[in-house]
Amino acid sequence: MPAKGNRTLRIWQLGLFAGLMLAWYVLTSPTLLPPLYFDDPNKAAFFFGEPLKVMWRIWDWFSSGFIYPHLWVTLLETALAFVIGTVLGLVVGLWLALSATASALLDPYLKAVNAMPRVILAPIFAMWFGLDMASKVALGVTLVFFIVFFNVYQGVREVSVTVLANARMLGASNRQLLRHVYVPSAMSWVFASLHNSVGLAFVGAVVGEYLGSSRGVGYLILQAEGTFDFNAVVAGILVLTAFALLLDGAVSLAERRLLVWQPRSGETEKI
Amino acid sequence: MPALALEDVRVTFVSPDGARYTAIRDTTLRVEPGEFVSVVGPTGCGKSTLLNVAAGLLQPSAGAASVFGERLSGLNRKAGYLFQSEALMPWRTALQNVTVGLEFRDADPRQAAAQAEEWLRRVGLGGFGGRYPHQLSGGMRKRVALAQALILDPEIILMDEPFAALDIQTRHLMENELLELWSANRKSVVFITHDLEEAISLSDRVVVMSAGPESHPIGEFAIDLPRPRDVAEIRLAPRFIELHGLIWAAMKQEVLKSYARQRQ
Repeated sequence: MPAKGNRTLRIWQLGLFAGLMLAWYVLTSPTLLPPLYFDDPNKAAFFFGEPLKVMWRIWDWFSSGFIYPHLWVTLLETALAFVIGTVLGLVVGLWLALSATASALLDPYLKAVNAMPRVILAPIFAMWFGLDMASKVALGVTLVFFIVFFNVYQGVREVSVTVLANARMLGASNRQLLRHVYVPSAMSWVFASLHNSVGLAFVGAVVGEYLGSSRGVGYLILQAEGTFDFNAVVAGILVLTAFALLLDGAVSLAERRLLVWQPRSGETEKI
Repeated sequence: MPALALEDVRVTFVSPDGARYTAIRDTTLRVEPGEFVSVVGPTGCGKSTLLNVAAGLLQPSAGAASVFGERLSGLNRKAGYLFQSEALMPWRTALQNVTVGLEFRDADPRQAAAQAEEWLRRVGLGGFGGRYPHQLSGGMRKRVALAQALILDPEIILMDEPFAALDIQTRHLMENELLELWSANRKSVVFITHDLEEAISLSDRVVVMSAGPESHPIGEFAIDLPRPRDVAEIRLAPRFIELHGLIWAAMKQEVLKSYARQRQ
Protein backbone atom coordinates (compact mmCIF):
# COMPACT_ATOMS: atom_id res chain seq x y z
CA MET A 1 0.00 0.00 0.00
CA PRO A 2 2.58 2.64 0.96
CA ALA A 3 4.63 2.07 -2.22
CA LYS A 4 1.62 2.29 -4.46
CA GLY A 5 0.18 5.23 -2.52
CA ASN A 6 3.53 6.96 -2.85
CA ARG A 7 3.53 6.56 -6.60
CA THR A 8 0.01 7.86 -6.99
CA LEU A 9 0.96 10.82 -4.85
CA ARG A 10 4.05 11.50 -7.01
CA ILE A 11 1.92 11.40 -10.17
CA TRP A 12 -0.52 13.87 -8.66
CA GLN A 13 2.31 16.14 -7.55
CA LEU A 14 3.80 16.13 -11.06
CA GLY A 15 0.37 16.66 -12.54
CA LEU A 16 -0.21 19.67 -10.33
CA PHE A 17 3.17 21.06 -11.40
CA ALA A 18 2.34 20.57 -15.08
CA GLY A 19 -1.08 22.16 -14.55
CA LEU A 20 0.41 25.21 -12.88
CA MET A 21 2.98 25.61 -15.64
CA LEU A 22 0.31 25.26 -18.27
CA ALA A 23 -1.93 27.84 -16.59
CA TRP A 24 1.01 30.19 -16.30
CA TYR A 25 1.85 29.68 -19.97
CA VAL A 26 -1.73 30.13 -21.21
CA LEU A 27 -2.47 33.15 -19.04
CA THR A 28 0.72 35.06 -19.92
CA SER A 29 1.06 34.25 -23.61
CA PRO A 30 0.35 37.40 -25.64
CA THR A 31 -1.31 35.42 -28.46
CA LEU A 32 -3.21 32.47 -27.00
CA LEU A 33 -6.02 34.18 -25.12
CA PRO A 34 -7.55 37.60 -25.51
CA PRO A 35 -6.42 39.85 -22.63
CA LEU A 36 -8.58 39.01 -19.56
CA TYR A 37 -7.56 41.75 -17.20
CA PHE A 38 -4.94 43.90 -18.86
CA ASP A 39 -5.81 46.20 -21.75
CA ASP A 40 -2.66 45.27 -23.68
CA PRO A 41 -1.95 41.58 -24.61
CA ASN A 42 1.73 42.00 -23.72
CA LYS A 43 1.14 43.28 -20.21
CA ALA A 44 0.50 39.89 -18.61
CA ALA A 45 3.84 38.66 -19.96
CA PHE A 46 5.50 41.84 -18.71
CA PHE A 47 4.23 41.48 -15.15
CA PHE A 48 4.38 37.70 -14.73
CA GLY A 49 7.01 36.51 -17.20
CA GLU A 50 6.55 33.65 -19.62
CA PRO A 51 7.47 30.10 -18.62
CA LEU A 52 9.13 29.14 -21.89
CA LYS A 53 11.27 32.24 -21.91
CA VAL A 54 12.16 31.64 -18.27
CA MET A 55 13.24 28.07 -19.00
CA TRP A 56 15.16 29.25 -22.04
CA ARG A 57 16.91 31.85 -19.89
CA ILE A 58 17.91 29.27 -17.30
CA TRP A 59 19.18 26.97 -20.03
CA ASP A 60 21.11 29.84 -21.57
CA TRP A 61 22.68 30.77 -18.20
CA PHE A 62 23.89 27.26 -17.59
CA SER A 63 24.93 26.37 -21.16
CA SER A 64 26.88 29.58 -21.67
CA GLY A 65 28.45 29.25 -18.23
CA PHE A 66 27.30 32.76 -17.41
CA ILE A 67 25.69 31.80 -14.10
CA TYR A 68 28.49 29.67 -12.60
CA PRO A 69 30.61 32.47 -11.12
CA HIS A 70 27.48 34.05 -9.61
CA LEU A 71 26.20 30.76 -8.24
CA TRP A 72 29.63 29.93 -6.89
CA VAL A 73 29.79 33.23 -5.02
CA THR A 74 26.33 32.77 -3.51
CA LEU A 75 27.00 29.20 -2.43
CA LEU A 76 30.41 30.06 -1.01
CA GLU A 77 28.85 32.90 1.00
CA THR A 78 26.20 30.47 2.25
CA ALA A 79 28.77 27.87 3.24
CA LEU A 80 31.03 30.39 5.00
CA ALA A 81 28.12 31.99 6.86
CA PHE A 82 26.89 28.55 7.88
CA VAL A 83 30.26 27.28 9.13
CA ILE A 84 31.30 30.47 10.93
CA GLY A 85 27.83 31.01 12.43
CA THR A 86 27.63 27.41 13.63
CA VAL A 87 31.10 27.40 15.21
CA LEU A 88 30.48 30.75 16.93
CA GLY A 89 27.05 29.63 18.12
CA LEU A 90 28.49 26.39 19.43
CA VAL A 91 31.35 28.03 21.31
CA VAL A 92 29.31 30.89 22.78
CA GLY A 93 26.39 28.58 23.54
CA LEU A 94 28.60 26.15 25.44
CA TRP A 95 30.33 28.96 27.26
CA LEU A 96 27.15 30.69 28.38
CA ALA A 97 25.36 27.47 29.28
CA LEU A 98 28.25 26.35 31.48
CA SER A 99 29.01 29.71 33.07
CA ALA A 100 26.12 30.98 35.18
CA THR A 101 27.72 34.41 35.66
CA ALA A 102 28.29 35.04 31.96
CA SER A 103 24.80 33.94 31.01
CA ALA A 104 23.18 36.08 33.73
CA LEU A 105 25.22 39.09 32.60
CA LEU A 106 24.62 38.72 28.86
CA ASP A 107 21.07 37.38 28.85
CA PRO A 108 19.22 40.69 28.19
CA TYR A 109 21.69 41.66 25.45
CA LEU A 110 21.33 38.36 23.66
CA LYS A 111 17.55 38.64 23.82
CA ALA A 112 17.73 42.18 22.43
CA VAL A 113 20.08 41.30 19.57
CA ASN A 114 17.97 38.28 18.72
CA ALA A 115 14.79 40.35 18.70
CA MET A 116 16.33 42.97 16.43
CA PRO A 117 15.40 42.61 12.73
CA ARG A 118 18.93 41.79 11.67
CA VAL A 119 18.41 42.15 7.93
CA ILE A 120 18.58 45.88 8.65
CA LEU A 121 22.27 45.34 9.41
CA ALA A 122 23.04 44.49 5.78
CA PRO A 123 23.76 48.08 4.67
CA ILE A 124 25.88 48.62 7.79
CA PHE A 125 27.87 45.49 7.05
CA ALA A 126 28.27 46.70 3.47
CA MET A 127 29.81 49.88 4.88
CA TRP A 128 32.07 47.99 7.25
CA PHE A 129 33.13 45.10 5.05
CA GLY A 130 32.64 46.52 1.56
CA LEU A 131 30.45 45.22 -1.24
CA ASP A 132 32.36 41.95 -1.57
CA MET A 133 31.58 38.59 -0.01
CA ALA A 134 32.55 39.55 3.54
CA SER A 135 29.48 41.70 4.17
CA LYS A 136 27.13 38.93 2.94
CA VAL A 137 28.88 36.35 5.08
CA ALA A 138 28.57 38.67 8.08
CA LEU A 139 24.83 39.01 7.54
CA GLY A 140 24.42 35.26 7.20
CA VAL A 141 26.48 34.70 10.35
CA THR A 142 24.22 36.96 12.42
CA LEU A 143 21.23 34.94 11.21
CA VAL A 144 22.78 31.48 11.73
CA PHE A 145 24.51 32.29 15.01
CA PHE A 146 21.37 32.78 17.06
CA ILE A 147 19.66 29.63 15.87
CA VAL A 148 22.68 27.53 16.74
CA PHE A 149 23.37 29.45 19.91
CA PHE A 150 19.89 29.01 21.38
CA ASN A 151 19.84 25.35 20.44
CA VAL A 152 23.23 24.65 22.01
CA TYR A 153 22.23 26.58 25.11
CA GLN A 154 19.05 24.54 25.39
CA GLY A 155 20.92 21.31 24.60
CA VAL A 156 23.43 21.81 27.39
CA ARG A 157 20.70 22.75 29.85
CA GLU A 158 18.78 19.60 28.98
CA VAL A 159 21.66 17.18 29.54
CA SER A 160 20.30 14.44 31.75
CA VAL A 161 21.48 14.85 35.34
CA THR A 162 21.89 11.10 35.60
CA VAL A 163 24.04 10.81 32.47
CA LEU A 164 26.21 13.59 33.85
CA ALA A 165 26.52 12.05 37.32
CA ASN A 166 27.25 8.69 35.73
CA ALA A 167 30.04 10.13 33.57
CA ARG A 168 31.56 11.76 36.63
CA MET A 169 31.37 8.52 38.60
CA LEU A 170 33.11 6.78 35.69
CA GLY A 171 35.98 9.21 36.14
CA ALA A 172 35.39 11.98 33.61
CA SER A 173 37.36 15.18 34.17
CA ASN A 174 35.70 18.52 33.43
CA ARG A 175 37.29 18.59 30.00
CA GLN A 176 36.12 15.07 29.27
CA LEU A 177 32.61 15.96 30.44
CA LEU A 178 32.59 18.80 27.93
CA ARG A 179 33.85 16.61 25.11
CA HIS A 180 31.94 13.42 25.83
CA VAL A 181 28.70 14.68 27.36
CA TYR A 182 27.95 18.36 26.78
CA VAL A 183 29.09 18.64 23.16
CA PRO A 184 27.38 15.45 21.87
CA SER A 185 24.20 16.40 23.65
CA ALA A 186 24.33 19.94 22.27
CA MET A 187 25.16 18.63 18.79
CA SER A 188 21.91 16.73 18.61
CA TRP A 189 20.10 20.02 19.12
CA VAL A 190 22.30 21.73 16.56
CA PHE A 191 21.44 19.06 14.01
CA ALA A 192 17.78 19.47 14.80
CA SER A 193 18.14 23.10 13.76
CA LEU A 194 20.36 22.45 10.75
CA HIS A 195 17.58 22.87 8.21
CA ASN A 196 16.80 26.28 9.64
CA SER A 197 20.38 27.46 9.84
CA VAL A 198 21.38 26.36 6.33
CA GLY A 199 18.23 28.01 4.98
CA LEU A 200 18.99 31.25 6.80
CA ALA A 201 22.63 31.26 5.69
CA PHE A 202 21.28 31.15 2.12
CA VAL A 203 18.81 33.94 2.87
CA GLY A 204 21.62 36.04 4.34
CA ALA A 205 23.76 35.59 1.23
CA VAL A 206 20.98 36.40 -1.25
CA VAL A 207 19.55 39.34 0.68
CA GLY A 208 23.04 40.75 1.11
CA GLU A 209 23.67 40.49 -2.61
CA TYR A 210 20.31 41.97 -3.37
CA LEU A 211 21.03 45.03 -1.24
CA GLY A 212 24.33 45.80 -2.89
CA SER A 213 26.97 43.74 -4.64
CA SER A 214 28.66 43.08 -7.93
CA ARG A 215 28.35 39.29 -8.08
CA GLY A 216 25.98 36.52 -7.02
CA VAL A 217 22.52 35.31 -7.92
CA GLY A 218 20.93 38.01 -5.76
CA TYR A 219 22.84 40.57 -7.82
CA LEU A 220 21.52 39.00 -11.05
CA ILE A 221 17.97 39.34 -9.81
CA LEU A 222 18.56 42.94 -8.82
CA GLN A 223 20.00 43.72 -12.26
CA ALA A 224 17.06 42.08 -14.00
CA GLU A 225 14.60 44.06 -11.88
CA GLY A 226 16.43 47.24 -12.82
CA THR A 227 15.72 46.59 -16.49
CA PHE A 228 12.18 45.24 -15.91
CA ASP A 229 13.31 41.88 -17.29
CA PHE A 230 10.78 39.81 -15.41
CA ASN A 231 11.75 36.55 -17.10
CA ALA A 232 15.27 36.84 -15.70
CA VAL A 233 13.90 37.65 -12.23
CA VAL A 234 11.79 34.52 -12.23
CA ALA A 235 14.68 32.48 -13.66
CA GLY A 236 16.90 33.70 -10.82
CA ILE A 237 14.26 32.85 -8.23
CA LEU A 238 13.84 29.36 -9.69
CA VAL A 239 17.60 28.72 -9.65
CA LEU A 240 17.77 29.87 -6.03
CA THR A 241 14.83 27.66 -5.08
CA ALA A 242 16.38 24.63 -6.76
CA PHE A 243 19.65 25.14 -4.91
CA ALA A 244 17.87 25.75 -1.60
CA LEU A 245 16.15 22.40 -2.09
CA LEU A 246 19.48 20.76 -2.92
CA LEU A 247 21.07 22.18 0.23
CA ASP A 248 18.12 20.99 2.28
CA GLY A 249 18.49 17.50 0.81
CA ALA A 250 22.19 17.48 1.64
CA VAL A 251 21.33 18.42 5.23
CA SER A 252 18.80 15.59 5.48
CA LEU A 253 21.45 13.19 4.25
CA ALA A 254 24.03 14.43 6.77
CA GLU A 255 21.43 14.27 9.52
CA ARG A 256 20.58 10.67 8.78
CA ARG A 257 24.23 9.69 8.85
CA LEU A 258 25.22 11.61 11.97
CA LEU A 259 22.21 11.05 14.18
CA VAL A 260 21.91 7.27 13.88
CA TRP A 261 21.77 7.06 17.65
CA GLN A 262 18.48 8.89 17.88
CA PRO A 263 15.28 6.90 17.77
CA ARG A 264 13.09 7.86 14.84
CA SER A 265 9.35 7.85 15.16
CA GLY A 266 7.84 4.60 14.04
CA GLU A 267 11.05 2.74 14.66
CA THR A 268 10.29 -0.28 16.82
CA GLU A 269 13.33 -2.45 16.33
CA LYS A 270 14.05 -3.96 19.71
CA ILE A 271 15.11 -7.36 20.77
CA MET B 1 38.67 -1.65 58.33
CA PRO B 2 35.32 -1.15 56.57
CA ALA B 3 35.36 -0.54 52.84
CA LEU B 4 32.78 2.17 53.26
CA ALA B 5 31.75 3.93 56.43
CA LEU B 6 29.17 6.64 56.94
CA GLU B 7 29.40 8.18 60.41
CA ASP B 8 26.52 10.17 61.89
CA VAL B 9 25.57 11.51 58.51
CA ARG B 10 22.92 14.17 58.27
CA VAL B 11 21.72 15.73 55.01
CA THR B 12 19.58 18.87 55.05
CA PHE B 13 18.50 20.40 51.76
CA VAL B 14 17.84 24.13 51.64
CA SER B 15 15.62 25.28 48.80
CA PRO B 16 16.03 28.78 47.27
CA ASP B 17 13.03 30.10 49.24
CA GLY B 18 14.70 29.09 52.48
CA ALA B 19 12.65 25.97 53.22
CA ARG B 20 14.71 23.24 54.88
CA TYR B 21 14.24 19.56 54.42
CA THR B 22 16.24 17.01 56.37
CA ALA B 23 16.31 13.83 54.32
CA ILE B 24 18.45 11.72 56.64
CA ARG B 25 19.89 12.15 60.12
CA ASP B 26 22.11 10.22 62.54
CA THR B 27 22.88 7.59 59.96
CA THR B 28 25.81 5.32 60.53
CA LEU B 29 26.46 2.54 58.06
CA ARG B 30 29.55 0.37 57.74
CA VAL B 31 30.15 -2.02 54.89
CA GLU B 32 32.98 -4.53 55.12
CA PRO B 33 35.10 -5.51 52.12
CA GLY B 34 33.26 -8.14 50.13
CA GLU B 35 29.99 -7.59 51.98
CA PHE B 36 26.63 -7.26 50.24
CA VAL B 37 24.44 -4.84 52.19
CA SER B 38 20.93 -3.84 51.22
CA VAL B 39 19.19 -0.73 52.48
CA VAL B 40 15.41 -0.96 52.48
CA GLY B 41 12.78 1.52 53.48
CA PRO B 42 9.53 3.04 52.32
CA THR B 43 9.56 5.33 49.30
CA GLY B 44 10.87 8.80 50.00
CA CYS B 45 13.00 7.75 52.97
CA GLY B 46 16.23 9.19 51.60
CA LYS B 47 17.84 5.96 50.46
CA SER B 48 19.15 7.57 47.30
CA THR B 49 20.44 10.50 49.32
CA LEU B 50 22.42 8.06 51.43
CA LEU B 51 23.91 6.48 48.33
CA ASN B 52 24.81 9.85 46.82
CA VAL B 53 26.71 10.70 50.00
CA ALA B 54 28.58 7.41 49.71
CA ALA B 55 29.37 8.20 46.07
CA GLY B 56 30.62 11.66 46.94
CA LEU B 57 28.03 13.24 44.65
CA LEU B 58 26.46 14.91 47.68
CA GLN B 59 28.25 16.54 50.62
CA PRO B 60 26.62 15.69 53.96
CA SER B 61 25.52 18.59 56.16
CA ALA B 62 27.08 16.85 59.14
CA GLY B 63 29.03 13.68 59.70
CA ALA B 64 31.45 12.12 57.27
CA ALA B 65 31.96 9.34 54.81
CA SER B 66 35.19 7.40 54.62
CA VAL B 67 36.48 4.86 52.15
CA PHE B 68 38.95 2.25 53.42
CA GLY B 69 39.64 4.49 56.39
CA GLU B 70 40.27 7.55 54.28
CA ARG B 71 37.92 10.47 54.66
CA LEU B 72 35.97 11.09 51.48
CA SER B 73 36.27 14.52 49.88
CA GLY B 74 34.95 14.94 46.37
CA LEU B 75 33.90 11.95 44.33
CA ASN B 76 34.38 8.42 45.60
CA ARG B 77 36.98 7.14 43.13
CA LYS B 78 36.77 3.59 44.48
CA ALA B 79 33.05 3.26 43.78
CA GLY B 80 31.00 2.29 40.77
CA TYR B 81 27.43 3.56 40.68
CA LEU B 82 24.41 1.94 39.08
CA PHE B 83 21.67 4.51 38.72
CA GLN B 84 17.96 3.98 38.97
CA SER B 85 17.15 5.95 35.82
CA GLU B 86 18.77 5.82 32.38
CA ALA B 87 22.43 6.75 32.67
CA LEU B 88 23.90 5.47 29.40
CA MET B 89 25.03 8.01 26.84
CA PRO B 90 22.45 7.72 24.08
CA TRP B 91 24.95 8.83 21.40
CA ARG B 92 27.31 5.94 22.11
CA THR B 93 26.81 2.33 21.17
CA ALA B 94 26.63 -0.32 23.87
CA LEU B 95 30.31 -1.11 23.35
CA GLN B 96 31.34 2.54 23.41
CA ASN B 97 29.33 3.00 26.58
CA VAL B 98 31.19 0.16 28.25
CA THR B 99 34.61 1.49 27.17
CA VAL B 100 33.92 5.07 28.22
CA GLY B 101 35.35 4.70 31.74
CA LEU B 102 38.58 3.26 30.34
CA GLU B 103 38.66 6.06 27.78
CA PHE B 104 38.46 8.60 30.59
CA ARG B 105 41.53 6.88 32.06
CA ASP B 106 43.36 7.16 28.71
CA ALA B 107 43.52 3.41 28.22
CA ASP B 108 44.64 1.95 24.90
CA PRO B 109 41.49 2.03 22.72
CA ARG B 110 42.02 -1.44 21.23
CA GLN B 111 42.58 -3.08 24.59
CA ALA B 112 39.60 -1.21 26.01
CA ALA B 113 37.38 -2.48 23.18
CA ALA B 114 38.53 -6.07 23.69
CA GLN B 115 37.88 -5.81 27.41
CA ALA B 116 34.46 -4.30 26.79
CA GLU B 117 33.55 -7.11 24.38
CA GLU B 118 34.45 -9.56 27.14
CA TRP B 119 32.27 -7.71 29.64
CA LEU B 120 29.35 -7.52 27.25
CA ARG B 121 29.61 -11.28 26.84
CA ARG B 122 29.71 -11.69 30.59
CA VAL B 123 26.44 -9.79 31.01
CA GLY B 124 24.88 -11.78 28.16
CA LEU B 125 25.13 -9.13 25.44
CA GLY B 126 27.85 -10.54 23.20
CA GLY B 127 27.11 -9.39 19.65
CA PHE B 128 25.02 -6.41 20.77
CA GLY B 129 27.97 -4.03 21.08
CA GLY B 130 27.05 -2.08 17.96
CA ARG B 131 23.58 -1.17 19.11
CA TYR B 132 22.57 2.18 20.48
CA PRO B 133 20.75 2.34 23.83
CA HIS B 134 17.41 3.13 22.19
CA GLN B 135 17.71 -0.09 20.21
CA LEU B 136 17.99 -2.15 23.40
CA SER B 137 15.27 -3.18 25.84
CA GLY B 138 15.22 -1.86 29.41
CA GLY B 139 16.81 -5.02 30.79
CA MET B 140 19.58 -4.94 28.21
CA ARG B 141 20.31 -1.30 28.97
CA LYS B 142 20.69 -2.23 32.64
CA ARG B 143 23.17 -4.94 31.67
CA VAL B 144 25.18 -2.45 29.65
CA ALA B 145 25.17 -0.10 32.64
CA LEU B 146 26.34 -2.97 34.84
CA ALA B 147 29.21 -3.79 32.46
CA GLN B 148 30.01 -0.08 32.21
CA ALA B 149 30.47 0.17 35.97
CA LEU B 150 32.14 -3.20 36.58
CA ILE B 151 34.74 -2.95 33.80
CA LEU B 152 36.55 -0.40 35.99
CA ASP B 153 36.75 -3.04 38.72
CA PRO B 154 35.52 -0.76 41.54
CA GLU B 155 36.13 -1.84 45.15
CA ILE B 156 32.65 -0.64 46.11
CA ILE B 157 29.51 -0.97 44.02
CA LEU B 158 26.63 1.36 44.78
CA MET B 159 23.28 0.35 43.32
CA ASP B 160 20.19 2.52 43.47
CA GLU B 161 17.14 0.37 42.78
CA PRO B 162 18.79 -0.66 39.54
CA PHE B 163 16.16 -3.23 38.63
CA ALA B 164 13.06 -1.32 39.78
CA ALA B 165 11.91 -0.57 36.23
CA LEU B 166 12.18 -4.17 35.02
CA ASP B 167 9.47 -6.79 34.80
CA ILE B 168 9.62 -9.53 37.42
CA GLN B 169 11.17 -12.30 35.26
CA THR B 170 13.87 -10.06 33.82
CA ARG B 171 14.47 -8.85 37.31
CA HIS B 172 15.06 -12.34 38.70
CA LEU B 173 17.43 -13.06 35.83
CA MET B 174 19.35 -9.87 36.44
CA GLU B 175 19.51 -10.51 40.20
CA ASN B 176 20.93 -13.98 39.61
CA GLU B 177 23.45 -12.61 37.16
CA LEU B 178 24.43 -9.93 39.63
CA LEU B 179 24.99 -12.54 42.36
CA GLU B 180 27.06 -14.64 39.98
CA LEU B 181 29.25 -11.71 38.98
CA TRP B 182 29.58 -10.61 42.57
CA SER B 183 30.52 -14.05 43.93
CA ALA B 184 33.20 -14.45 41.24
CA ASN B 185 34.96 -11.34 42.48
CA ARG B 186 33.65 -10.22 45.83
CA LYS B 187 33.38 -6.50 46.18
CA SER B 188 31.47 -4.43 48.69
CA VAL B 189 27.96 -3.71 47.53
CA VAL B 190 25.43 -1.23 48.83
CA PHE B 191 22.11 -2.09 47.26
CA ILE B 192 19.18 0.28 47.67
CA THR B 193 15.70 -1.09 47.19
CA HIS B 194 12.18 -0.74 48.49
CA ASP B 195 11.58 -4.41 47.75
CA LEU B 196 12.22 -6.44 50.89
CA GLU B 197 12.29 -9.79 49.08
CA GLU B 198 14.92 -8.54 46.68
CA ALA B 199 16.97 -7.26 49.62
CA ILE B 200 16.84 -10.54 51.53
CA SER B 201 17.53 -12.77 48.56
CA LEU B 202 20.65 -10.83 47.54
CA SER B 203 22.28 -9.64 50.74
CA ASP B 204 24.48 -10.58 53.65
CA ARG B 205 22.87 -7.87 55.72
CA VAL B 206 19.70 -5.77 55.45
CA VAL B 207 19.44 -2.30 56.96
CA VAL B 208 15.95 -0.88 57.47
CA MET B 209 15.42 2.87 57.25
CA SER B 210 12.58 4.77 58.88
CA ALA B 211 10.08 6.80 56.87
CA GLY B 212 11.27 10.27 55.82
CA PRO B 213 11.81 13.07 56.50
CA GLU B 214 14.66 12.74 59.00
CA SER B 215 15.05 9.15 58.02
CA HIS B 216 17.51 7.01 59.96
CA PRO B 217 18.31 3.30 60.33
CA ILE B 218 15.96 1.50 62.70
CA GLY B 219 17.14 -2.06 62.37
CA GLU B 220 19.82 -4.33 61.00
CA PHE B 221 19.40 -7.97 60.11
CA ALA B 222 22.07 -10.51 59.18
CA ILE B 223 20.88 -12.79 56.41
CA ASP B 224 22.25 -16.24 57.12
CA LEU B 225 20.87 -17.94 54.04
CA PRO B 226 23.36 -20.26 52.30
CA ARG B 227 25.07 -19.22 49.09
CA PRO B 228 25.03 -19.66 46.16
CA ARG B 229 21.41 -18.65 45.99
CA ASP B 230 18.81 -18.64 43.28
CA VAL B 231 16.74 -15.55 43.94
CA ALA B 232 13.52 -17.05 42.63
CA GLU B 233 13.85 -20.31 44.57
CA ILE B 234 15.21 -19.01 47.84
CA ARG B 235 11.98 -17.10 48.40
CA LEU B 236 10.35 -20.40 49.25
CA ALA B 237 12.92 -21.44 51.89
CA PRO B 238 11.51 -21.51 55.46
CA ARG B 239 14.40 -19.39 56.78
CA PHE B 240 13.68 -16.78 54.10
CA ILE B 241 10.06 -16.58 55.17
CA GLU B 242 11.10 -16.33 58.79
CA LEU B 243 13.53 -13.48 58.05
CA HIS B 244 10.97 -11.78 55.89
CA GLY B 245 8.45 -11.84 58.75
CA LEU B 246 11.03 -10.48 61.14
CA ILE B 247 12.16 -7.59 58.97
CA TRP B 248 8.67 -6.79 57.76
CA ALA B 249 7.53 -6.41 61.36
CA ALA B 250 10.18 -3.73 61.78
CA MET B 251 9.37 -2.07 58.47
CA LYS B 252 5.58 -2.14 58.55
CA GLN B 253 5.06 0.84 60.85
CA GLU B 254 7.38 2.94 58.68
CA VAL B 255 5.65 1.97 55.47
CA LEU B 256 2.29 2.89 56.96
CA LYS B 257 3.69 6.20 58.20
CA SER B 258 5.06 7.02 54.77
CA TYR B 259 1.78 6.04 53.18
CA ALA B 260 -0.23 8.22 55.57
CA ARG B 261 2.10 11.15 54.88
CA GLN B 262 1.66 10.79 51.15
CA ARG B 263 -2.13 10.76 51.48
CA GLN B 264 -2.21 14.03 53.34
